Formats: sequence, structure tokens, C-alpha cells
Amino acid sequence: MSTNWQNNRAARDARIAAGAGFARGKVVEASDATRLLEAVIRPGDRVCLEGDNQKQADLLSRALLAVDLSRVNDLHMVQSGVVLPEHLDLFERGVARRLDYAYSGPQSARIARMLFGGKIELGAVHTYLELFARYFIDLTPQVALIAAVSADREGNLYTGPNTEDTPTVVEATAFKDGIVIAQVNEIVETVPRVDIPADRVHFIVKSDKPFFVEPLFTRDPAAITEGQILTAMLAIKGIYAPYGVQRLNHGIGFSTAAIELLLPTFGERLGLKGKIATHFALNPHPALIPAIESGWVRQIHSFGSEVGMDDYIRARSDVYFTGPDGSLRSNRAFCQTAGLYACDMFIGSTLQIDLQGNSSTVTTSRIAGFGGAPNMGADARGRRHPSEPWLKAGAEADPDGAALMRRGRKLVVQIGETFGDKNVPLFVEKLDAIELAEKLNLELAPIMIYGDDVTHIVTEEGVANLLLCRTAQEREQAIRGVAGYTDVGRRRDHGMVAQLRERGVIRRPEDLGINPLDADRSLLAARSIKDLVRWSGGLYAPPSKFRNW
Amino acid sequence: MEDLRFQHRVRARAGGIRKSAIVGVVASGNLEVLVERVLPDTECALDIKTAAIGFGEVWTAVIGDFVERYSPGGLRFSINDGGARPDTVSLRLAQAVRLIAENGQ
Repeated sequence: MSTNWQNNRAARDARIAAGAGFARGKVVEASDATRLLEAVIRPGDRVCLEGDNQKQADLLSRALLAVDLSRVNDLHMVQSGVVLPEHLDLFERGVARRLDYAYSGPQSARIARMLFGGKIELGAVHTYLELFARYFIDLTPQVALIAAVSADREGNLYTGPNTEDTPTVVEATAFKDGIVIAQVNEIVETVPRVDIPADRVHFIVKSDKPFFVEPLFTRDPAAITEGQILTAMLAIKGIYAPYGVQRLNHGIGFSTAAIELLLPTFGERLGLKGKIATHFALNPHPALIPAIESGWVRQIHSFGSEVGMDDYIRARSDVYFTGPDGSLRSNRAFCQTAGLYACDMFIGSTLQIDLQGNSSTVTTSRIAGFGGAPNMGADARGRRHPSEPWLKAGAEADPDGAALMRRGRKLVVQIGETFGDKNVPLFVEKLDAIELAEKLNLELAPIMIYGDDVTHIVTEEGVANLLLCRTAQEREQAIRGVAGYTDVGRRRDHGMVAQLRERGVIRRPEDLGINPLDADRSLLAARSIKDLVRWSGGLYAPPSKFRNW
Repeated sequence: MEDLRFQHRVRARAGGIRKSAIVGVVASGNLEVLVERVLPDTECALDIKTAAIGFGEVWTAVIGDFVERYSPGGLRFSINDGGARPDTVSLRLAQAVRLIAENGQ
């Protein structure tokens, strides 16, 4: 009896042969992209259409949307970002049926409608690292449609500053008999550096215009409010300083942008330079330019890049990771791992926090997905190296434990104003995520960060240190005690909140020596995008939507 | 639009000699506060025109805490609110008290 152990390899070779009819070497004309996809994709395939929160294989998305449904249908999309309208049009049209993903920022409202309408069969909403992990176990793509800056004739790819997910997607696909198709902005004699070696790439499609990149990490300092400045001051003085947090990740909200802009001013006055915020897992946030220029930041590893930051990064290679060509090399999987294992703090904002500290960005009409926050905002149970903040947090959580046997704790900080946009309260009795899970019959509510991972909550009313809470009731009152004038905040037990404040579980601005009246925009190292350009010595080139000059 | 009015008895007169002051701007999510020293020393009044409807309870709590904390005796506040968050309201009121307590006209 003979068994064939190489069926998948044979199938891959057959797909390549079928696609070769549309290629010269590996190069396929953009006008033949749909025919190429019809030739190499089979009904029911698992397809990774590269799209993450920034870079998009937009030409290949459109090409896939145009396929003949009798040849390509019922695909199972396994992609980190559902970001372009075409990503969902695939499901409307029946090209795709099943979806496993991580992030859906701009499509969050439509994806919710389609899930309710049964247009999409949902596998699960993942974190980035979790979805990447599944690429190697049970969600390995048969076909990957990726985006690169340039290719040579052999198929070596330069993915440039926005390398992001590409190496991970290609690794999982190419080494398990899958097909890799890359859209490239240009075909060149020699690529500036080889990000993806040619033998992992089967077809190249020359795009008529550069792939789309979203400037997702640019926060205009002009929009930062006094409330955000106050919360930023509380975070710096109440958390960064006492724990001595040097290795960290910042979320993308305005509160963390305010922290970045306060380091060279407020932070400098507190004598914290060199003691906090020296090593980051972080995209190239323009708001960090003043701190970098002032000598605060030693090293940054990035998930992706940011529009307009290329020349600045190139000129600051001591700070960023760059290739032999001088441009940024980002890598989402590695940076997520770095954030999980090598950072002592995550600080970011959310849309809803409940009385146990669980948080979610899901509302009943929007499913934004998780992206990386759950990995950044979680204690890594496999961590074994000590550090001052990690050990201190561990000791606060378990003061009676034996020091040599006590796990440290990652600082997971939720920062925000008690009322968000349109006066919607940040604090709620019950998360919308639970209602959504009930309506959609999900086995698990989409919780961004579980309450037992959260160590601190910072609002304009103060800092709540949940590590010091000993009972569920203390925890609830500590949260109510910084929930301001929201319903949750107004229903606090005043006596218990006063006790928690005496114990230092809750710290008000005055307990930290901060006068809310000092929370002034003049404290920001840059007060506009133009200021950031000036700090960068003209190297930062903001996209036009952020220019008003 | 909703009009709200609060009157409180307070323990002490607000500091300074300035007759009036203005802080903030009328804009979405922001508010303008005009404060005038026109009342007896143990009284304080706040007249609010707000774009956000149904936040009466929150205003009551915000104003109660403000009066307790700053004792703004003798002051009348006229507030033009563009749907500001409660923390912004607290901040502007505190700024108004600080400004009128400064020396000057």
C-alpha cells in the first residue's frame, strides 16, 4: 500500500502552474490580477488578504472582489485587519463566507450590522499575536495576498518601513505549501533591502498606485484638552515616577499623546529624565518627537510605521530599528512579543470600564476588534526576568508572599476622562460587550482587557491602584472613587472611598501635589502639528489632512 | 437648550477685589463662564444655558462640589455651555474663581 505524503506540495505546484499562464516570470499585469486569483484560489480556501491597521493590499482586495463566483467562493478570510470597504464587500458578494480577524477600526459599524444580518460567519475576534499564532496551527492560509513597496524580477521584496505583518504571513503560507502573491508599488533592478526572499514569493502584481497606508498614530496636539493634560500629569507623577517605569507601550489616544508631550516639560521639572520612559514598544508616534529630541528616549521598536515619519526615523537610527538601506524595519509579531514580555507597563484608553475593571471598546453597534491591546495589556504568565516596576507591582498585590517565589505584575493602566465624546460615560455597570455576546450567541464576550489584569485606572479625578485592593468591594469602590460625575461615580460609598484614599489606594491631584489649575496647554512641548515639524528640524512631513498651513 | 439656576449659601466671601472675569469659550464641548462680584458675601448664584439636555442631576453634583470646595461668596456666574464634560465645567469654574481673585481692575 502506498500513501502519498506530498499532496499539498503537488496541489501548490498545480496552482502555480495554473497561475503561470498570466505571468511573465513571476510578474503579472494589474489588469490580469483577477484572472490570476481565479486560477490559483479554490473554493473554500483560507485566504489571508493582508490588511492590518495601517498597510493594505488594496489592489489585490479589489481584484479578489471581482472574481467569477463560479470559480472562487465561500472563502475563509484569515486576516488581521478588516479595514477597507472591499474587505466586507467580499462577504456581501459571496466571495467569502467565514472570517477570523483581529481589528476592524473603520469598518466597526458595518461589520456589526453584517454579523447581526448573518452575512458573515464569525470564527473569532483575536488579538494580533493570537491570530498569528493560529496561522501556524489551525488557520494556516492556502493563499496570502500581501503588499510590498518594491520587488526585483526574481521576486525579492522590499516591504520598507511598513513591514508590519508581512514576514509572519509569508512564513506561515510559503512554508506550508501555500501561494504568496504580492502587490508592489514598483519593480526595480535591485531592492533596497530584502525583507522577503524571492523563493517565498510566487507572483508579483505591479500596482498602478502605492498601497494605501492609514496615518493611525498621529494625534494633533492642538486637540489635546486640559482634562487630558491633567490625567497625563497624574499618570506621570502617580505611576511612571514611583514605579520607575522605563520599558513600556503607549496606546494611541490623546491622553497618552499628552503624556508624550509632557515628558520634556513637566517630566523634566520632576527630574525624571533617564529614570522613566526610555525604552518603548511603540509605533513612530509624532507626539514623541519632542521627548526624543530632548534626549529622553533610548530605543523604540515598532509594530508598523507612521505616515510622514520616514525621514525623521532614518535620521534617528540610534533610536529606531532600521535596515542596511536606512529605513525603518517594523515587525508586528516581534513588537507584540516585545510588548508582552519585555515591557513593564501598558497604558491606554478604552470606551467602557465596568465595576470589576473589565474594559471593552465594543458597543452594541460597533465591533472594533482587539488589535494588540489585550497582549500589551496583560500580565505575561511566562515571564521570568525581574525588573523594579514588575517586582514592586507584584509586592503590592501580594505583600505577604515570599519575595523569592512571588510573581511580579505588569502595570496595566487604563487612562481616560470620566466622560468621553458626546458626554458618554467611561464607567458603566454592565459592558455593552456582554449584551452583544448575548445577542450574537457568542461563547465569549469581547473583553479588551480583563479586570484582573488591570492594575491602575487614571482619570481627571485621580489614580486608583487596584493592586492594593484586597476585596471585590474595595475594588469596586476604588473604581467608583475615580469615576467622577458618571452614574457609577455618583453612586460611590463616600466613607469607603475616603478610607481608600487614606490608604493611598485612591490618590487625588492634591495628594500628588498637583493643582488642576496648572493643567494648562502651555505645558505641552508641542501645541500643534507645526510645532512637531519644528522639533524634528523639518524631518517630519505630516500628511496633508494634518496640515493647516 | 436648557436653562438651569442654582443658588447657594456659602461660608465665606471669594478672595480678591476684581469686579468681573471671563474664562473659556463657547464651543462644542467647551463653555464660557462670566463671573461678577455683585452679590452679598454669603451668597452665590449660577445661571446656566446649556446645549445638552437632561444633565440636571450631574450639574447639581458638580455645582455642589464646586461651592463646597471654593466657597465663592458674592459671585454670580453666567455660564454658556456647549455640552462640556463635567470635569471641564469644574475646571472652568475653578479658573473663574482664580481669575477674579487676582489683583486688577
